[in-house]
Amino acid sequence: MRTFAYSRADSVDHAAHRTMPHAAFVAGGTTLLDLIKLDVLKPENVVDINALPLKRVERLDDGRLKIGALVTNTDLAHHPEVKSHYPVLSEALLAGASTQLRNMATTAGNVMQRTRCPYYRDPAAKCNRREPGSGCDAIDGINRMHAVLGGSDACIAVHPSDMCVGIAAIGATLTLQGPDGEREVDFADFHRLPGDTPHIEHDLADGELITAITLDAPLANAGSHYLKLRDRASYEFALASCAAQVVLDGDTIREARLALGGVATKPWRCSDAEAALVGQVADKASFERAADIALKDAQACEHNGYKIPLARQAVVRALRNAARGETPASETQESQA
Amino acid sequence: MDDSVHSRPRVPETLGTQTLNFTLNGEPRTLDVAPNAVLLDVLREQLGLGGTKKGCDHGQCGACTVHVDGQAMNSCLRLAVMCEGQQVTTVEGLARDGELHPVQQNFLECDAYQCGYCTPGQMMSATALLNDERIGTDDASVKEAMSGNICRCGAYKNIVEAIQKSRVQLGHDATRKEGAA
Repeated sequence: MRTFAYSRADSVDHAAHRTMPHAAFVAGGTTLLDLIKLDVLKPENVVDINALPLKRVERLDDGRLKIGALVTNTDLAHHPEVKSHYPVLSEALLAGASTQLRNMATTAGNVMQRTRCPYYRDPAAKCNRREPGSGCDAIDGINRMHAVLGGSDACIAVHPSDMCVGIAAIGATLTLQGPDGEREVDFADFHRLPGDTPHIEHDLADGELITAITLDAPLANAGSHYLKLRDRASYEFALASCAAQVVLDGDTIREARLALGGVATKPWRCSDAEAALVGQVADKASFERAADIALKDAQACEHNGYKIPLARQAVVRALRNAARGETPASETQESQA
Repeated sequence: MDDSVHSRPRVPETLGTQTLNFTLNGEPRTLDVAPNAVLLDVLREQLGLGGTKKGCDHGQCGACTVHVDGQAMNSCLRLAVMCEGQQVTTVEGLARDGELHPVQQNFLECDAYQCGYCTPGQMMSATALLNDERIGTDDASVKEAMSGNICRCGAYKNIVEAIQKSRVQLGHDATRKEGAA
């Protein structure tokens, strides 16, 4: 592995103020060290932030849940507040990666994880995300795993996170600490669409550090479900996934939240589909209409066309299960499948 | 974070070393490590503990699994210097006073391996999950919790059997169960 200088940050201010050239923060290390080994990321300075006091989960007076950046994926998935008030997030977290990786990976690190596009991970391949202007080998290559939503002529790489899909369906605010102080960013605006600049992946400036993610107050009386469809039963990235929350008034949908994973270049909130569900009867026809709206702008390449009907069906099933307010046993097995 | 981390590599002229203080298999240790040395390589190359295996070196196979403060982690994706002040347990630390840990004994008795290369990692994940009350006790939960450990010989069925047999035995021996972490 290439060399770098290592240092430990002993306070958030210290971390955010110390702007070093070609620096990367390390928390769990599961993305960073993987990509340094592949020679995809080449930091000269690695700043260890694990000693920072960012490991708390606290309920705020306004009902929101503030999650410290360094809370591990395992601890967050099993946290009583998350299990009882945000089960869709707990399900999404546990559907991701392996036990070992969840024990290491942190909340902010998960938000910052890089795409699994094999061309991004191979320095011999052309990749506009890794090397701006070099081209994209995925668009005319083996693109079975690639995005059908949010892509551009420059990049069709999928955002790989499960956790972020759950958060997108809940709504959240990121707290960022930088050299000029603290600011907040809506989670929906944090990840960028690739457009002409796929190498700019997020709204985080040099030296800025994510210190917390605050979830919106839970939807009262919502049923929810995270459905993940993948090539093998566990420890695999999504081909398509859907996080759904539904609040019913009798048979009528009062509120809905919907987000897609595995098919888009960023965690994909489906606001139009949510709006179309409100006031409708919670039945298959409504769910199918919402799925059509969610996928209406989908564009396939040579090998990933199957993702459009797959994601459409994931939306229908996730909404159905969310509306039932319970996860059928057969579905649990499949979602872990 | 700095997007320029993708470009302009400039290797520092001198690496230097960092002093690492941690507890390894119950013994306090101090050693100098390179800042870019991962825990797996330090265990194998610097400390001569070859039980922890290098498979993929990218967190995909689980052969390198160790416990850090009682939690299963991929030692290939953790800088050694990040373990400052922590308790690290490797497969060499499972046996006590010459007696195999029940998980080790049951891997033997259940024929839970063929070539054996993934076995240390399998046993480290197994001992961690048996100590973790958040993980369900049924076979499906065990399989899900163990999915980060790949066995190319396909001994999965017997691995689950060895874990569940150990669970029953450890249920009658709380002291030993504590000690496994």
